[in-house]
This record gives sequence, C-alpha cells and structure tokens, in this order.
Amino acid sequence: MSNFLTQTIYGVSDGAILALAALGFVLIYKSTGVINFAQGEFLLIGAYTVYAAFVVFQLPLLLAVVLGVLFAIVLGVLIERLILRPLIGESAISVIMVTIGLAAVLKAVAQLFFGTRAVSQPALLPRTTIELAGATFPLNRILVIVIAAVVLTLFTLFFQRSRHGIAMRAVADDQQAALTLGISVRRIFAMAWALAAVSALIGGVLLGDVTEVSSRLTTFGLLVFPVVILGGLDSVPGTIVGGLVIGLSGQYVSSYWDPGLAQIAPYLLLVAILLVRPYGLFGETRIERV
Amino acid sequence: MSATATGVYYRTYRRESALRHTKAEYFRLALMIVGLLVTPYVLDNYWLSIVNTILIAVIGAVGLNILVGFTGQISLGQGGFLAIGAFSSALLYQRADLPAPLSIACAVVITAVAGALFGLPALRIKGLYLAIATLASQEIIVFVARRWTFLRDGSSPLTVDRLSLGSFEIERQYFEWQWYWILVTCAVLAVLAARNLFRTSLGRSFMAVRDQDIAASAIGVNITRAKVTAFAVSSGFVGLAGALSAHYTETVTWEAFTLDVSILYLAMIIVGGLGTIAGSVYGAAFMVLVPVFIQEFVGALGDSIPVLLSRVPAIEQVVFGLVIILFLLFEPRGLAQIWQRMKDYIRFWPFRY
Repeated sequence: MSNFLTQTIYGVSDGAILALAALGFVLIYKSTGVINFAQGEFLLIGAYTVYAAFVVFQLPLLLAVVLGVLFAIVLGVLIERLILRPLIGESAISVIMVTIGLAAVLKAVAQLFFGTRAVSQPALLPRTTIELAGATFPLNRILVIVIAAVVLTLFTLFFQRSRHGIAMRAVADDQQAALTLGISVRRIFAMAWALAAVSALIGGVLLGDVTEVSSRLTTFGLLVFPVVILGGLDSVPGTIVGGLVIGLSGQYVSSYWDPGLAQIAPYLLLVAILLVRPYGLFGETRIERV
Repeated sequence: MSATATGVYYRTYRRESALRHTKAEYFRLALMIVGLLVTPYVLDNYWLSIVNTILIAVIGAVGLNILVGFTGQISLGQGGFLAIGAFSSALLYQRADLPAPLSIACAVVITAVAGALFGLPALRIKGLYLAIATLASQEIIVFVARRWTFLRDGSSPLTVDRLSLGSFEIERQYFEWQWYWILVTCAVLAVLAARNLFRTSLGRSFMAVRDQDIAASAIGVNITRAKVTAFAVSSGFVGLAGALSAHYTETVTWEAFTLDVSILYLAMIIVGGLGTIAGSVYGAAFMVLVPVFIQEFVGALGDSIPVLLSRVPAIEQVVFGLVIILFLLFEPRGLAQIWQRMKDYIRFWPFRY
C-alpha cells in the first residue's frame, strides 16, 4: 500500500510535467493547426537556458527563471515568424517535417553548447524525503505537482478571463470570423508559439530538477503524443487528464510489471485509443468535406 | 506540369505513354548507364562503400516515397519496416539456411504483409493522426527488436555470414566491388518497378487518394484497397532495403532502426522531391553525402580548430535540421524541381519560358 502511494505520487508528478508539455502542444495545434514535433526539444532548451543562467552565469534563481521565460517567448515568436509562417497552407507532411527539422537543430545546438552528458545542477526544489501514510518520497515531487497545478490554473484563467486568451479561443474556433472581428490572427499565432515555449520551459525545468538536465529530456518529450491523442489534440483539459493517465500508467507498469514495457506502454495505449476513439476523450470531432 | 511538356507532340498513344520522349532523355539514359558501369572502376574502396550505402538508401527512399509522396500517407515507421526486413532476412539466411536470394525475397514479402497490417489504421485515420500512429508503430517494433532475445546471438548483436550462393561467395578483397553490382542491380530494378507502377491504374489510384481521397472514392477508386496496397508495396521496397543492408553490413541490431532513421528517410524524400521517383534517388544520394562531406570538411578544419572534432555529431545534426528547414522554405518540391528548372532554362533559352 505504501509502495502504491509512492508510485502514485511519482506518476502524478510525471503526469503534471507531461501536462505542461502537452499544454504547449495543444495551444499550437488548436490555434495554428501545426503538429509540433519539437515540443520535447522545447523542454530541453528551457531546462538548459535556466541552467545556463542559474549555474553558468550565477544569477539568482528567480532572475534565471524570468530570463528563461523571456528567452522562451523570443524563441517561440522567432520560430513562428521565420519558419512556420511561410508554410501556412502547405501540406501536413511539410509542416510536420519542418518541426522535425527544427527539433534536430534545437537539440544539436544544445549539444554544441553543453555536450551530450548530463550537466550537474544544484537542486532547485528541496529533496528532503517526507513520510506520509507509511510511504516515503522526496518533497520535490510534491512541489512539482503543486507548481504544475498553479501554472495550469493560471493558463486556464488566462484563456477564460483575459482579452488575449479569449481572442486565442476565437481564432481556434474560426479564423475568418475572428479576423472580421478585428483580431490579429498573426499575433495570435505568434502568441501561441510563445506560450507553448513558456509552458515547455516550466515543464523542462521541473523535469530537469527531478531527473537530470541532459539531452534525454527529449525522449520524455515524445510522450507528449500519447498524452494529446488520449486527451484530444485540441483540448486543454484533455492534456491534464491525458498527462495524469500516461504518467500514472507508466509508473504502475514499470513498478508492478516490467520497467522496459513501461517505455512503450504509452504507445500501446495510443494505438488502442486511435482505433477506438481517434479524436480522443475531449477532442472535437471534425467532419471532412470535399 | 513541367514546362518541358510543351512543344512535344505525340502522334500515337504508345508514344505518349512512353517513359522517354526526347532525344536528350535517351542521351541522359545512355550517360547514366555508362556512369553506373564505370563507377566501380574509378572509385576507391572508401567511396565505393559510400556509393553502396547510397544504393541501399535509394531503394528505401523510393519505397517511402511511394507511400508518402505518391499516396499521401505520412509514415514515421520507416525504421521499423527496415528492421523487419533486415531481421527476417538475416534469420532466414542464418538460422533456416535458406539461400540468400530466397531469404531476401521472403523478407520482402514479410515486410509487405507487416506494412499492410500496420497500414490498417490508415483506413480510419489520416494526416496528422496517421503520422502519430506510425510513430507508435515505430516505437513498438523497435521495442520488440530490442527485447526479444531470439533476435540476438547471446548478448551480442545478430551477425550474418558473408553472402554466398552455391559456389559464388563474396571475397574479402573485392567486397565493395562485388556488392556494388548486386546493389546497383537491385536499385535499378526497384527504380524501374516504381516508375512503371505509376503508369498502371493501381499507381494512378494511389495518386488519386493523395490528391483528395473523398473525391477519389466518389469516382470509383477503392480507397481501402489503394491504401492497404500502398502500404504493402512501399513496405516491400523498404523490406528489400533492410534485407540488403543486413547482408551488406553483416550485423543486425535494433540501434540501426530507431526513429532517427525514419526521419532521415523522410528528409531524403523531402529534399529530393515528394512524389517523384528521380527525386528519391537525388535525395538519398544527397542525405548520405552530406555527413560524409561534413566529416571531410571538419577533418580539414580540425587541425586549426580542434574543438570542432569533438562536436562532429552535433554539427551534422544542425546541418541535417537546417537542410530540411531550408528546403521546405525555399524549394518544397526538392532537388527534382531544381533539376527540372535547370533543364527548362536550357531548353527555352534565350526565352524565359
């Protein structure tokens, strides 16, 4: 029972980070219709920028995170403007491949600067173990869940209440209608990429802190796909449910069954969902016409 | 429609459906044949090994282009299908003692069947969803290849004996030379088969599915059949490439078939030109040669800037990504289109078009 609780905490914290990464993915897909294969690399770049600011340049942590967020915004806007915008209206394969190319570049640039081995970073969150109902686990796992929950709530509030958030939802719903109402679709596209980079940065920093800051973060990034397929490609609440399911199932399979199987369990789940319910739990069913 | 199509008139239907229409095209064909015949006598072993790698990649890229470029079904599962071809041919040759041509043929069939199976989700889902589904199949196939101890020799990767058939055996000192002839035969046959596939009704139905599948079904194309056969045919080619690579490299290990390989092959057909057979050939050559030239280049610079040497893999990756992005931004139809434009320029000179 105590083991079960520990596994649950680990699973939920993994899922919380996945939800953050998937949130960026869904934002981009919802408003611009682009499948972003570079989402895992965004996690990586986020973790490395904060590492560079915090460890290499010895800035205070808060300042490092703020700088990281600014950098992520600039990066997201630049990528949208320079790479994705010329491809608006191109075929799906072109758009997918451009993000794959982008992923290769981002990952390799990180390698050029920081090498392939994990860099050592002092713990950002306290790692003292705590006991609860007989289960022991490090405190930082709990804090990860709390931080992710706060960030996800802030994002949800942003979409529900703020002017820009509502504009983003309008664009996602119907681009032409949004244009006629005076919403700048271009600015919304740029904003989607910037916000995606920011949420990935937060996810990357948290993930780097509980595991390690290395190029292996991108493998974790691939798990975004099972998450978004489960939750629905265009559903924000879906990312939270999907993230939790994938995070928990990964932990349970790895501890009760077979650690190796845990690596592909999410993909098996993905195939099953695609066969039964291709648009995910909360995704919008689209009807295609000629 | 390319500009060269104007100014060429057909008197008979036979002429119109011919692969080559102008004298220049026959001249180019002759030049190419001479080039292929002369290559092994001109190049040294190192460059010949690179040419052999390109030839295998050509077969794989043609296969992928049939699926992605001609049928419009995005597949990230190329590495997995290569693995199926490589492992089945190696096992049949090594453990079941089948003669090499038979084991390779069986591998082609097995991969085609596997491709049709993994293509079944394409009947329900398409586009972006299909890309993600094939990503999953890639991960699952590689996982099986990694975990199944049957696919290994104890703890070491599966080794394949040197290729032999009856009394003929590949000799050590002529290794690359002899392999060149085997691979060039296979690659030429593969290219011809693919080129001719798209003159048949089956090939045309693939293209109809790509252009607009609902409209295609309205004019009587059996979409289910077209999609499943496209997956099977494409995987057959890919299986051939995998089987040949298993015999050529003489070891088979799952590390050679990861997602990166799938992406590399996608890059080949993007750079070469989606939906053109010639493009798959150019793209395969280009993507194999790029890292070779980077190594040469960095090796030359390495004396003055030693830091570069330790960063070669990262530099390769940066260039790899940039090549994909720049081609998609500036020449989405790839090298085949560049070549076409060069031909048109000469053909219509001194006029612009």
